[in-house]
Amino acid sequence: MKPYRGLSLVALLLLATLVVFDLAIPRLVQRIIDEGIGKRDRALVIHTSLLMLAVSALSTLIAIGNNVTSVRVGEGVARDLRRALFLKMQSFSYGNLDRAQTGQLLVRLTSDVNAVKGLVQISLRIGTRAPLMMLGSLALMVSTSRDLALSLLPLLLVTSALIVFFVLKTEPLFRKVQLKLDALNGVLQENIAGARLVKSLVRAEREIERFGVANSELTDRSIAVSKFSSTMMPALTSCINIGTVVVIWAGGLQTIHGRLTLGQIVAFANYLLSTMTPLVLMTMLSNMWAAGFASLRRVEEVLSTEPEIRDRPDAKQLPAASRVDVRFDDVWFAYGENGEPADAEVSEAVLQGIAFAAQPGQMLAILGATGVGKSTLVNLIPRLYEVTRGAVLVQGLDVRDVTQASLLDRVAIVPQEALLFAGTVRENLAYGKPHATDAELEAAARAAQAHDFISQLPEQYGARVAPRGSNFSGGQRQRLCIARALVLEASILILDDSTSAVDIETEGKIQDALRARAGAGTLFVVAQRISSVLRADRILVLEHGRIVAQGTHAELLQSSPIYREIYDSQLGAGVPA
Amino acid sequence: MSDQPQRARDAAATAMAPGGPRPGVRIERARDTRGTLRRLGGYFSPFRAQLLFVSGCVVGYTLLGLLGPYLMGRAIDRYVGGHDASGLARTALWMLAAYLSSNLLQLVANWVMASVSQRALSDLRSRLFGHLQRLSMAFFDQRPAGELMSRLTSDIDAVNQAVSQNITSLLASVLSMVGIVVAMFVLDHWLALAAVLVVPLMLWFTRFVAVYTRRGFRELQKELGQLNAVMEEGLSGLRIVKIFRRTDAVVERFDRHNQSVYESSVYANSYALLLMPLTAVLGNLFVIVLAGLGGYLALAGLVSVGVIATFINYGQNFINPLRQLSNLYNTVQAALAGAERVFEVLDEDVEVDATGSAARRRFRGHVRFEHVDFGYTPGSTTIADMSLEAKPGELVALVGPTGAGKTTIVNLLTRFYELRSGSILIDGTDLRGLPKAALRRELGIVLQDTFLFSDSVLENIRYGRLDATDEEVMEAARLAEADPFIRLLPHGYQTRLAERGSNLSQGQRQLLAIARTILADPAILILDEATSSVDTRTEARIQKALLGLMKGRTSFVIAHRLSTIREATQILVIKDGAIIERGTHDQLLGQHGFYEHLYRSQFRGVAS
Repeated sequence: MKPYRGLSLVALLLLATLVVFDLAIPRLVQRIIDEGIGKRDRALVIHTSLLMLAVSALSTLIAIGNNVTSVRVGEGVARDLRRALFLKMQSFSYGNLDRAQTGQLLVRLTSDVNAVKGLVQISLRIGTRAPLMMLGSLALMVSTSRDLALSLLPLLLVTSALIVFFVLKTEPLFRKVQLKLDALNGVLQENIAGARLVKSLVRAEREIERFGVANSELTDRSIAVSKFSSTMMPALTSCINIGTVVVIWAGGLQTIHGRLTLGQIVAFANYLLSTMTPLVLMTMLSNMWAAGFASLRRVEEVLSTEPEIRDRPDAKQLPAASRVDVRFDDVWFAYGENGEPADAEVSEAVLQGIAFAAQPGQMLAILGATGVGKSTLVNLIPRLYEVTRGAVLVQGLDVRDVTQASLLDRVAIVPQEALLFAGTVRENLAYGKPHATDAELEAAARAAQAHDFISQLPEQYGARVAPRGSNFSGGQRQRLCIARALVLEASILILDDSTSAVDIETEGKIQDALRARAGAGTLFVVAQRISSVLRADRILVLEHGRIVAQGTHAELLQSSPIYREIYDSQLGAGVPA
Repeated sequence: MSDQPQRARDAAATAMAPGGPRPGVRIERARDTRGTLRRLGGYFSPFRAQLLFVSGCVVGYTLLGLLGPYLMGRAIDRYVGGHDASGLARTALWMLAAYLSSNLLQLVANWVMASVSQRALSDLRSRLFGHLQRLSMAFFDQRPAGELMSRLTSDIDAVNQAVSQNITSLLASVLSMVGIVVAMFVLDHWLALAAVLVVPLMLWFTRFVAVYTRRGFRELQKELGQLNAVMEEGLSGLRIVKIFRRTDAVVERFDRHNQSVYESSVYANSYALLLMPLTAVLGNLFVIVLAGLGGYLALAGLVSVGVIATFINYGQNFINPLRQLSNLYNTVQAALAGAERVFEVLDEDVEVDATGSAARRRFRGHVRFEHVDFGYTPGSTTIADMSLEAKPGELVALVGPTGAGKTTIVNLLTRFYELRSGSILIDGTDLRGLPKAALRRELGIVLQDTFLFSDSVLENIRYGRLDATDEEVMEAARLAEADPFIRLLPHGYQTRLAERGSNLSQGQRQLLAIARTILADPAILILDEATSSVDTRTEARIQKALLGLMKGRTSFVIAHRLSTIREATQILVIKDGAIIERGTHDQLLGQHGFYEHLYRSQFRGVAS
């Protein structure tokens, strides 16, 4: 807002001038009637008309000036606010993101910014102009005829009361309609999402009945609200109309007694209109104000959120090395509430005292059911989350002591959700390394077993990828994501359940290729499927946040009942030799 | 976000930028305005009497509203000028009566209209929903649920906006403009002529501004679309952006688009807002012309002060509708475009179905596919010349790589899609001769992604058979091994599930779906990767429930975990839309074919 103070001031000054000019017009009409027509002064009629024309032309220019400046301020504020929000969101760490939904953040960036913009613009235009007009008209009414103005006082009070009543009453009524509408949309949404179920159980009739109930409730509510809000306009116009009658009647009587001129009555009626119309307008604007302020609060909330993870002021660069070891020292982790550091003692901690070391070039697998903290564990390596207690060491350095940029240079992670961006296959593969050569991209795609299906696409590496990669199958997306990470040639590669949609045979080929290619690199594989971990140098079995067993496949089959149980549940008894 | 601030914003935007399109709202046009209008009108035809009444009210209140200023002029000229206090009082009372009855009529018209338009919309919604129930699965598959949803809700809302707020005001605006012109000419044709001359000037200005505004907003819309895409991607992909360290590139791209939006927005809005000072100026011009020319004429004794006052008042009533009209135009266009899309859905062909009783008939569960050909799109073939047979009570397993056509077989059996050629028979009856309802009542389907409603656990299970008693529901839950966990929920069977059951684990959702299917008691059971998204130890538990469910029913099981299907009476290996191997587990292993290859690949790591 600050850089726009000057421009805002200009806009407001122009606005004030505009109001003065607008108020001058009825005064000049009064002069024509009283002094021109009344005193039969033709020259005065012509002069005044020309004067009015000039005033009117000038006020147009001023109004345009006000528009241009206020639009610039409003749009400028919107642009800067969007930028500040976007930058802030980009600085969020995974912990921040877990608590905010993408959809919500997008709403902050779009609707909320728009509402704030609206707030700025009305403040610089109609929102300030209307009350100024009203006050000016009131003052002129009083100066024209105090008695007449006084006789209108009760009416003004009634009108104001009416407006307050409508403004206060409308919002809750509309909220009730919104609830009913949400309920109706809920039925519709479930019906569409569950279309297959509804069809297979032949439940169309029941669904129609459910919808019918929600629909008639909504309709009843809507009619009630519609009736209520359509009462406002006639009620307020009645007030204005009664005011006009009072002016004519009471004013006419005074004119008969010679205390007022005809021109003054006409001017008075005009002022009355310009007092009441802004009032009506302001009832409509009041909702916009409220929405604007609510949005402003939400925007400020985002802007005041601190990213959970930031580099320490004295953070070092992680020294370059191709052989990287990773160590977990009694690591505890719990998801904190609202960004507060969580208490690691509580039994709900996701990770409880995890300790292990991965040697350079090893393949380390982490096995466990959904929700036991496998992803969390690997996300701690590039410091996407902050450990609650203990330490994660890469190359012997605590990850909190090095810059995250240098850490991410060393670590490539393929997240669980295989998300691709709109663009071409090539652009997606080169995402982390925009200047990668075609040969590099192809080598990565081959290792990820993606080259074959890419080659079958009509445009091969130039093929379009739809937003979120929706034109590829789940398994293809996962393989593209693996290839994208491979292009980085990082010394630590983490596959976070990234082959769940790939068939077992292909998965085996990918793992073989990764091991052949990664050379000295360290490979972490998170999985639920036994077949994904068979090749690992070491398997960590995770349960309830703890490592309950570790070793190679063969060792674990002998030593760990839990591993054995998982193995049996997936592959069954009677393993062929 | 509540709907109400939006409405208010629209109203306020209307007040701020008359004639200009609402910022950020796409200006849409219906393709077939007349046809859509006629069809939409059809929904109002049951309310013909009420509409006629409303029209009467509108004519009444518009004319009475015009009477007021006329009486005002008369009061000024005849009684104030003639110093007649009692005449003044009489006229003032008449004025009051005219105004108040006008407002009263307006109120009545609004009330009737509120009820009529909401009821018509309610009918439209009901019809749309009913139609949706009869559309084929192909319709839903082709459209992402989110898109369909937002279209249906926002399109109906667009119609709602126009219908509930604007129909009467449109009528009233036009009427009052005509009325004012007539009244002015009756009072004084020279002044009227001068006043009316302002109108083409105004229209010309409006059009001039509208051309630039429309161009500006079209450009802005394009830029906004791009910025939104950048923001959407930057947010939904934020985690990827972070781990690939692409923040700078993303921000740079954002800045570029953000600046473009700023520039086009300033351009578009500056033009759109031009209309307000211009119309204000024209409003002033009106007053100036009337006062100046009127004063001149009054000096010549041709016109009275009262007439001038009446004219000025009329003038203001004349400009306002003119301002509203171009705004109404946009709202109405958006509504028509919305209505058109709603009608598009209504015009979708419904599923073909056989006539006959949909009542339940007990199948034995003998299923035969005879030379079935099928493709989802013309030209592509998903299933080619497939024949298979499942005898009552048999367990048939379908295995094969992703995309081989396993799920398609299920879709054909349930008749979610129509065959291209060949036939499917149940107990010797061709499916095409069977009403879908009768067929589907006998099919129990458990899918990978279980769908649950945001309702109680009890009602979700009961969805399988609506007339089941609570005891029967609980018995089904016990059979499905779901009873223990349900009892541990905060309110047991009465626990309300969150949207889509998201407060349950995958495994628990799956058990509820199984209980639901047990309750439905179908003759034929289809399990489409029913357990692939739960972890394997949970699966082992569910497996027990499933085996109980399969007993005595013909079952089709699709799975990619071979361990789950070893019990099958026959295993069909599907590849590229055809059955390439069939037999029991042991037979297939003995064939040393594709099945053996699939099976062994699970153990490769062990073998090597």
